[in-house]
Amino acid sequence: MSLHDPRYKARIAGHLAKYPDKRSAVMPLLYIAQEEYGWVSPRGIQEVAEICEMDPTQVKSIAGFYTMYSEREKGRYWLHVCTDLPCALNGADIFYRELREYLGVEDGGTSADGLFTVEHVMCLAACDKAPMLQCNFRYMESLDMEKMKAWIEERRAELEAAGQGQGS
Amino acid sequence: MRLLLRNRDIPDLHRLSVYQANGGYEGLKKALAMKPAEVIDEVKASGLRGRGGAGFPAGVKWSFIPQEEPIKYVAVNADESETGTFKDREIMEGNPHQMLEGALICAWAIQATAVYIYLRGEFWDIGDLLDGCIAEAEKAGFAGENILGSGWSCPVYTHLGAGAYICGEESAMLSSLEGVLGQPRVRPPFPAQKGGGLYREATVVNNVETLTNVPWILTEGADAFRAIGTEQSAGTKVFCVSGHVPRPGNYELPLGTPFRELLVDHAGCDPDNIKAILPSGGSGPIVPGTDEVLDTPLSYEAMQGLGTILGSASIIVMDNSVDMTWVASKVTKFFTHESCGKCTPCREGTYWLDKVLDRILEGEGKPEDVQLIDNVAKNMAGTTLCALGDFAANPIIHTISNFPDDFNAHVQPKPEEEQPAARPARGGRRRRASA
Ligand SMILES: Cc1cc2nc3c(=O)[nH]c(=O)nc-3n(C[C@H](O)[C@H](O)[C@H](O)COP(=O)(O)O)c2cc1C
Ligand code: SF4
Ligand code: FES
Repeated sequence: MSLHDPRYKARIAGHLAKYPDKRSAVMPLLYIAQEEYGWVSPRGIQEVAEICEMDPTQVKSIAGFYTMYSEREKGRYWLHVCTDLPCALNGADIFYRELREYLGVEDGGTSADGLFTVEHVMCLAACDKAPMLQCNFRYMESLDMEKMKAWIEERRAELEAAGQGQGS
Repeated sequence: MRLLLRNRDIPDLHRLSVYQANGGYEGLKKALAMKPAEVIDEVKASGLRGRGGAGFPAGVKWSFIPQEEPIKYVAVNADESETGTFKDREIMEGNPHQMLEGALICAWAIQATAVYIYLRGEFWDIGDLLDGCIAEAEKAGFAGENILGSGWSCPVYTHLGAGAYICGEESAMLSSLEGVLGQPRVRPPFPAQKGGGLYREATVVNNVETLTNVPWILTEGADAFRAIGTEQSAGTKVFCVSGHVPRPGNYELPLGTPFRELLVDHAGCDPDNIKAILPSGGSGPIVPGTDEVLDTPLSYEAMQGLGTILGSASIIVMDNSVDMTWVASKVTKFFTHESCGKCTPCREGTYWLDKVLDRILEGEGKPEDVQLIDNVAKNMAGTTLCALGDFAANPIIHTISNFPDDFNAHVQPKPEEEQPAARPARGGRRRRASA
């Protein structure tokens, strides 16, 4: 599979049609590459560069500039925990530390089962619902560790039930 | 009085049919019956100022656009990444058509050929919602080809960022949209000028909240808008209140409402337990929670009088338990992370401020360190390509000047038996009524 797959044709064409210039589609296409490969892999960069008629090194530097493109493989669930000031005033630092302890990972690390990658991020515009995080870019708000543990175990059980065992 | 968060009063306002049943797109119809220059005059007369931070008069900005240029753009700033800001999110989730209508009225006023909405990358769901609203509006003839039979066409597109605060700075935002690195550009030329905007074409950049005011101004008139707020700060404002607050959230109130009314009456704060307030997220100067401050009206002019800014009105409240050194460090970490690295004072300055603050917080700082960071910050201010350099200097300069004891507690040599100074993070307590 690749970005040249017919599955992506309409979406890519839709993005290209928005702009007078092909290179403007680089950001939406990097998201599609990330969806396809799980991260912005060298192959993804190459394909985005071909479609946008750009130099791959330029595409790579753009991917590296933004926090939402991952330049390495990550778990199936990518958790961005806000530890910025308003959230931290409402317990986010402690929440994040406990979450990491529960998963047994450092900041930026991936859990041993390969399911969860955690990172701390700056304000996500949900400061009135702290502690909060984004999981694969979807908001989860007004959290506490009890809720998180239940959620994590649900994800683990789901995978178990699907018979896929470990890894993503 | 709600002009913007009408979604709080009207269920399902995000649906076109509901929006139209409540006066939706009447402002656009009215605008299309006027000459573009007349629309600009009306918005000028309203006194509407930019809600994205700088408070620049919207109509004046629109009037800078050279009318004779064949290609012009409107770029909606929906990057909303300032610490403590979550108002544009509620507007777009709850009342998206009013924002689109405002953007289209602006587009008519400058005779734009397209509208781009730059959303912070995390607003993935809002992007989908807006795409749906745009499709609906096109079908109904409010956007796209030959709008309302006028012969004028203006497509509206969404564009997702990918997690970079600096892309909220208008020239960086335009670069990001163009597919180059999202770093600020040297000005002039300004975005409103040929050569400075999107694809070098003249472009109006306005914040989501700014544009969402515009339909109301068209239907109710500039005078009615001016009747709300103060002389120099017309209209309502959505105040985002967060931090040590029993009832955090968005509050839409007339500009000029005193701090006390917002924080005590609405958000439920105890006026005797407010140590400090950041009125504009991490970027504006901090103020102490004194009676003088609490009695200050939330207007552009009065906040300036206090030595701070209204900015995006993302108000972060800190109670008496908070160590301001820790606050300075938190905010500095934000700017260190978000500096785009293009100019040396900002890139290097934020890095060193962060390092020295860590040292101070770990109890390894010396009294001279406080002076050191104050100097570094003062040397950054005013020497950088964009305002982020100034923003990053503020939390240092103003926390030190307002709360010197909090810094000294960390760096004064202590008698043997005394405990180390107050520990940094004080999270853990959730004191919200809703929690
Ligand atoms: C570092 C930096 C970040 C900014 N972030 C935002 C933002 O997230 N949203 C916004 O509307 N304006 C932001 N601004 C202000 C914009 O540059 C610009 O002034 C604004 O979009 C103009 O719209 P307005 O006149 O309607 O406020 C930022 C400015 C700077 C210097
Ligand atoms: S001041 Fe900072 S963020 Fe702004 S252009 Fe310079 S390095 Fe980039
Ligand atoms: S500080 Fe966490 S969402 Fe704003």
